[in-house]
Amino acid sequence: MAELSPATVLEQLKKNGATHVVWLPDSETNFLYVLMSEDDSLDLVPVSREGHAFSTAAGLAAGGKKPVILIQNTGMMESGDSLRGWALGMNVPVVMMVGYRGWTRHGVITDTAAFYTERFLHAFNINYYLVESDEDADRISIAFEEAQRNKKPVAVLVGDEYHGFNVSR
Amino acid sequence: MMKTAEMLEIFKQHRGDAVVIPGRGGRFWVELSDQPDRDLPLGDPAMGGHASFALGLALSMPEQRVVLFDSEGDVLMGMGALPTIAEKAPSNLYHFMLDNGVYATTGGQPVPNAEQMEYEVVAKGCGYPATYAIDNLEDFASQIEEIRGQPGPLFVALKIAPEITNEPINARPQWQRKTRNQAVADMQAELGIQPTA
Repeated sequence: MAELSPATVLEQLKKNGATHVVWLPDSETNFLYVLMSEDDSLDLVPVSREGHAFSTAAGLAAGGKKPVILIQNTGMMESGDSLRGWALGMNVPVVMMVGYRGWTRHGVITDTAAFYTERFLHAFNINYYLVESDEDADRISIAFEEAQRNKKPVAVLVGDEYHGFNVSR
Repeated sequence: MMKTAEMLEIFKQHRGDAVVIPGRGGRFWVELSDQPDRDLPLGDPAMGGHASFALGLALSMPEQRVVLFDSEGDVLMGMGALPTIAEKAPSNLYHFMLDNGVYATTGGQPVPNAEQMEYEVVAKGCGYPATYAIDNLEDFASQIEEIRGQPGPLFVALKIAPEITNEPINARPQWQRKTRNQAVADMQAELGIQPTA
């Protein structure tokens, strides 16, 4: 299967008018970080706990900006109350790109982080799109459009936890 | 120690055109404010997030002064927001923190290590370029203009008197005069901000 390249993700963020990336790095996103750091059109806001990403995004959106949240599924689950109160409760049209740690479409999922990810999103009634390769990248644009239309968060689950990012350059 | 409403009354005289996020001081501020379309009395969307919300707002409109009245319970719950604020260093963000030492709306139980905490030291250690600790109205009144005259981000720890309640959430008086989303929409209209598209 083709890989999901960081350049493709960055292109999607810019194409959809993202202004800020509120993020906490996960284990394999360094190439994306390097690319974003070199791009003057995106302002990176590093957080130390994923729950802060939702309240930060709410503030940015209140001020008319278009944030994207970039976190891992583990942190998303830790952030439940912030997601509820700040993002859902304030109708923030934000795309949350979530590293899908533990995801595989082959065999049995053994990582509980992956096991609970989609169940968590179902519980919060948040729609999501699985993106595993460059061929899926247009789903990121679909997520942006849906978030804006419904004025609520939409998740993009990045399958294989950006596996390609560390092997494709 | 200060009473929150008395402190806010003094602040009001020095507000200028700042957008004010009154946090847990909201129930007092809505009675005082004469610029309600520049207020974001959000109540408590989720505890621990006010500082990050204020950061996002300040970053989104760097020419507009943003004033947050945080609480020590929120800061303790979301302390990791302080280094992010210090790193992004929005010069338009003024971070006040109300410290009454207790969880006042749940019966007044002390926050962790209430007697020992020095929040201004924490903020300084996180990288805020300027921090203050004020525990009486006279000092607040004499320092507020100096504080206002400095670039942010700065942090001001305010010792306030506990005003304890212990009513179930659905039995508490509803002090909000508009929904959170309406408050945001009113602020956007007041400042000419186009909603995110």
